[in-house]
Amino acid sequence: MADERGPVDGSHPSVHVDGEVVATKRVGGYRHLTLTAPGVPERFRAGNFVAVSVAGHVARRALWVHRVRASSAFGPTLDVVVEARGSGTTWLAAQPVGARIAITGPLGRPFALPKVAVSCLLVGEGYAAAPLFPLAERLRERGCAVSLVVSAPDEAHLLSALEARRSARSVTVLTADGSVGQRGTVADHVAGLVERSDADVVYAAGPHAVLRSVAAAAERAGAWSQVAVETPTPCGTGLCHGCPLPVVGEDGVERVVRACAEGPVVRGDRIRWDALPDALGQVL
Amino acid sequence: MSAQLPGPVMVAAGCGGTGRELEPYAGPDGLAGLDLVTRSITLDARAGGPGPRVVEVPGGLVNAVGLPNPGLEHFLATELPWLVRAGARVFVSIAGSTMGEYADLARRLSRAPGVAGLEVNVGAPDEVGAALFEVREPYHSASVIAAVRREFPTDRPVLAKLRPDVSRIVEGARSCHEAGASAVVVGNAVPAAFPDGRAGGLSGPAIAPIALRCVAEVHRALPAVPTIGCGGVHDLRSAGAYLDAGASAVQVGTALLHDPTTVARLRAALALRALQEDA
Repeated sequence: MADERGPVDGSHPSVHVDGEVVATKRVGGYRHLTLTAPGVPERFRAGNFVAVSVAGHVARRALWVHRVRASSAFGPTLDVVVEARGSGTTWLAAQPVGARIAITGPLGRPFALPKVAVSCLLVGEGYAAAPLFPLAERLRERGCAVSLVVSAPDEAHLLSALEARRSARSVTVLTADGSVGQRGTVADHVAGLVERSDADVVYAAGPHAVLRSVAAAAERAGAWSQVAVETPTPCGTGLCHGCPLPVVGEDGVERVVRACAEGPVVRGDRIRWDALPDALGQVL
Repeated sequence: MSAQLPGPVMVAAGCGGTGRELEPYAGPDGLAGLDLVTRSITLDARAGGPGPRVVEVPGGLVNAVGLPNPGLEHFLATELPWLVRAGARVFVSIAGSTMGEYADLARRLSRAPGVAGLEVNVGAPDEVGAALFEVREPYHSASVIAAVRREFPTDRPVLAKLRPDVSRIVEGARSCHEAGASAVVVGNAVPAAFPDGRAGGLSGPAIAPIALRCVAEVHRALPAVPTIGCGGVHDLRSAGAYLDAGASAVQVGTALLHDPTTVARLRAALALRALQEDA
């Protein structure tokens, strides 16, 4: 697959700006925030993330971008999905309309897009499935057949399954407790899903275990895989080297790269999964 | 000939990435004219330590990143030329597991075009964990500085980056200065532990009062020794506290992780303050 994502050297420079919350909405177990962040939506590509500052905290919070609008009553905006899990995300989820938030972005290397119209399977779990939605739109614009799988422990943590039908040819819903859609986890169903979709490229976003099972299934089916790795990124900008991601390079040499700068999207077959801790760490 | 000292604002070691990551946030001139200390460079490449490498605590971060760097050879071939082309004044932070490694690094960097000076990392919060030359006594750091100074031209500065330990800092600064350090950087991350007990270093606003006390003690005892304040600098006020305490410059580290534009804003604010003082 052609890798036209651009280098890591700032040729598509990110910006650090004062953003504003222009809408906030509770959807199931998540809070969806719509933000203005001058310059960020314009530069965004699916798979990029943003880092936001949280009052009283030194480390940044990295957030996936769920949607970008080129124009609205507030100008260009971006939507992020927040699950309140710690003091930082709880603070973010509580920000009202009008709140100012320092935002850096877009950050990281986005999903690589196929040059020709191919069949694509997108698999996401929980709030971390967010970057698959703008990806699905880009793929559809390119004429790709998009099958989307959204998964969650339960219905409240299922992200945007209804909206997904706009840009995907087929949508499969999985919940671990069977509260909606098919019962089971991604690991339970992924082999059959990859086979049925006849995908040339498989994209995944979610916890490490989900990414790993998707990458393995793609490998077995002879498809390319691209996974969006979520790991705590203390700065998000590549400055601190605090988000180690163990990989194997194109040259077969084992390396540790930065999830924020060389990722968050990497080829699934490049990750040394056994060296990657499953826990998401302490930055919440 | 006296070495031209950097300042008044520098990028602290380990907080500017390779320089490229900082460039988009460095202001209209990019890195041009910016005093930048690189992450610590070792003779051989290091992959860095296991995760989590950085954990947030109230007022700061606990880190044990493990000095990931591509090794001197690769640094000289790729990262240094880029930084020089970008116009940065490059101070290379060096770290070694023996005195001989420090001397080797200094000798080879003395011949590399575009190196404005060296910063010798002799106060890491956990040298043993990081497999670095262990500095327990002031003469340990002084002997490293002497070994570096012998290999590096006297018209370019050698900075000694010391641990902000108030009971040892004056003695450490005195012996490093006598060994040839052009200035002392006070200080490094404060020895600390992660919540799980692993050794690391505490950085950020929480350590500013500690480093400030150290700068003040050094300046009082050794007014002729230039000091560079480092620890919790994030705005005009926190930088001004160090400068008022006698520091000739400040370094910005952890604040860049929170807001990558910090150095650009602080340079502009200090330039404005200087103009106003002149007027």
